[in-house]
Amino acid sequence: MNGARILADLKVTARGYLRNPIALFFSLVFPLILILLFGLIFAGSGSGPVTLYVQNFDHAANGTATPFSQAFLSDLNRTNLVSVDLVSPSVGNLSTWLGQNNNPVGLVIPAGFQASFLAHRPVNVTLFTNPQAASAAGSAYGAVAGVLNYLNLAAANGTAILGTTQYNVGSTIFTYIDYLVPGLIGFSILTSPMFSMVDVTSTYRKDGIFRQLSLTPLTRDEWLASRVLWYTMLTFLSAAIMLGFGVVVFGAHVILNVWLLPFLFAGPLLFVSLGMVAGSIARTPESAAVIGNVITFPMMFLAGTFFPVSDFGPGLQVVAKLLPLYYVIDGMNQAMLFQNFGRAFGDLLVVLGFAAVLFAAAVYLFRWKGE
Amino acid sequence: MAEAIVVDDLVKTYPDVQAVDHVSFRVPAGTVFAFLGPNGAGKTTTTEILEGLRARTGGAVEVLGLDPWSEGRPLHRQIGVIPQDFRFFEKIRPREAIEYYGTLFGTRPDPAALLARVQLTDKAESRFDTLSGGQKQKLGLALSLVNDPKVCFLDEPTTGLDPQARRGIWEVIRGLRREGRTVFLTTHYLEEAEILADRVAIIHHGRIVADGSPAEIIQRLGGPARLRIDAGEDVASFLRARFPNEIHWQAGRVEIVLQTREDAIAILDALRASGLAWVSFSTERDTLEDVFVRLVGQMDDGVLKSANGRAPEVPA
Repeated sequence: MNGARILADLKVTARGYLRNPIALFFSLVFPLILILLFGLIFAGSGSGPVTLYVQNFDHAANGTATPFSQAFLSDLNRTNLVSVDLVSPSVGNLSTWLGQNNNPVGLVIPAGFQASFLAHRPVNVTLFTNPQAASAAGSAYGAVAGVLNYLNLAAANGTAILGTTQYNVGSTIFTYIDYLVPGLIGFSILTSPMFSMVDVTSTYRKDGIFRQLSLTPLTRDEWLASRVLWYTMLTFLSAAIMLGFGVVVFGAHVILNVWLLPFLFAGPLLFVSLGMVAGSIARTPESAAVIGNVITFPMMFLAGTFFPVSDFGPGLQVVAKLLPLYYVIDGMNQAMLFQNFGRAFGDLLVVLGFAAVLFAAAVYLFRWKGE
Repeated sequence: MAEAIVVDDLVKTYPDVQAVDHVSFRVPAGTVFAFLGPNGAGKTTTTEILEGLRARTGGAVEVLGLDPWSEGRPLHRQIGVIPQDFRFFEKIRPREAIEYYGTLFGTRPDPAALLARVQLTDKAESRFDTLSGGQKQKLGLALSLVNDPKVCFLDEPTTGLDPQARRGIWEVIRGLRREGRTVFLTTHYLEEAEILADRVAIIHHGRIVADGSPAEIIQRLGGPARLRIDAGEDVASFLRARFPNEIHWQAGRVEIVLQTREDAIAILDALRASGLAWVSFSTERDTLEDVFVRLVGQMDDGVLKSANGRAPEVPA
């Protein structure tokens, strides 16, 4: 191994990349677009408060909401499970309005709500939920029932005997964007080396560029080292951009620690090798592109890049765990979100195992000379 | 003169074909050697074996005293190779490509001088994917010289070049020869081989069918010289009546096959004395291309096949 030759090849590769707008777009800009799009689409999802649309018919003589119904809505907001959004009684039937506006949960406070409470007469609020949004329905029901129980207890001058103390799991309450940041770093680790190496391996072979390089003192190992170095550098750059963007724009709760580093080194090695294997077994650049896509796209969607694998059905979870990218993303999740370093280490071992096998296969299949 | 390339009884067999069939030739150092043959004759396979890119099945090969397959790495530091249809990194600039090769070889080439040598100075800062086919080929030639090679393998270096650029490359090849380098030239342009090469070998169906200097090959395998006179058929009739030579007339031109050089003088003397009208005359010999086409054509037609069905090797 000669450092000067590796550096020279690295320089040529970097220049070629920086002069190729398509490569730059897909390596650095496209993941940013994805994080922006998914971040905006799913902003407010996850464990944040559910918007509860409330139609309040309990008005005082002057036409304003009664103090008790206002206090009830304030208590609902304080649960942090729901965020109250008032809907004018003039819209008519709330259930119909919710359906027309694609909103999953709503609450109707009847007229005489305050008077009934003060007179200790039973009165019901009406909660509308959509079964297809079970999570939002559960949050809304929990908030409404909890506040009503508290008010019932207060009305009876009772004292709560049983109570709950709540602690958050992990470092914080995770939102969708928190999972998306490691997922999209994994996306970059997968796509940049895979798509590029599949293309380079097959095209350089077809165009005789490997043959040409084999006539220089540059060795196959030096060329490989230069590629792995380049994609590792690209991965670090891409990870830095996405972490910065996720934290600054969407307030992602990720914790940077040294456990992220081995994944940023081992991931590119793994996918450079996989790309070379795909490019080497293909007969033409066209068939190489097909093979690359067949490998990359299912992995991209099934390994937890865009959605947590725990949301998948049991069958798909088994499939996800067969994919090397799953262990890259899960390892980064364990390191950056849950700080479960034992599990991150286990994931790292699996990633290194995949990398070793694929690297050996790539070296075996990769033809440097003409024969 | 020492030999830069020695090939003895070289054999290369693939599962379904014998690409090179007991080929032998030698290339003296400091000469231009043209390796010719139709497509599929075994040229590329032989050349790649010499470059250390393919293993041989049998025989012995030495380039600069080294076995190209087992001693490829030290050999590659001493040879330059330009493949036909040279391709390289799409976004690299010619100046950068030369610097890159310089680092790989551990040399300090002068990019400006090398690019000037192959007439590519004005494209020094253009990206490879914007160069024309000829300009790419010129860059390949420049790269093949980065390591100051003793032997240059040039595989169809002028294919696709315009006549002016082709002559420019010829000058580079002549320059390489003047500097004492050995040039192993593969080309489809027989005229190019005839002009540039000290020695020529023609390979067909994996066997060397002719080997020698262009003049020797033409002398040995070419047809006799011909006298051509632009004149009417009456001149042809007049000459047929007086000379035993083979004489044809077609489309206003009389063609006389000469047996000796003196035939031409006698015929022209007789024509002058006859007072018959004629316009102009010239003498012609077969070119290397004529010999090549005839030789390959005859072998493909079976005319030159020996009793055991194998093509005969024409002695040098």
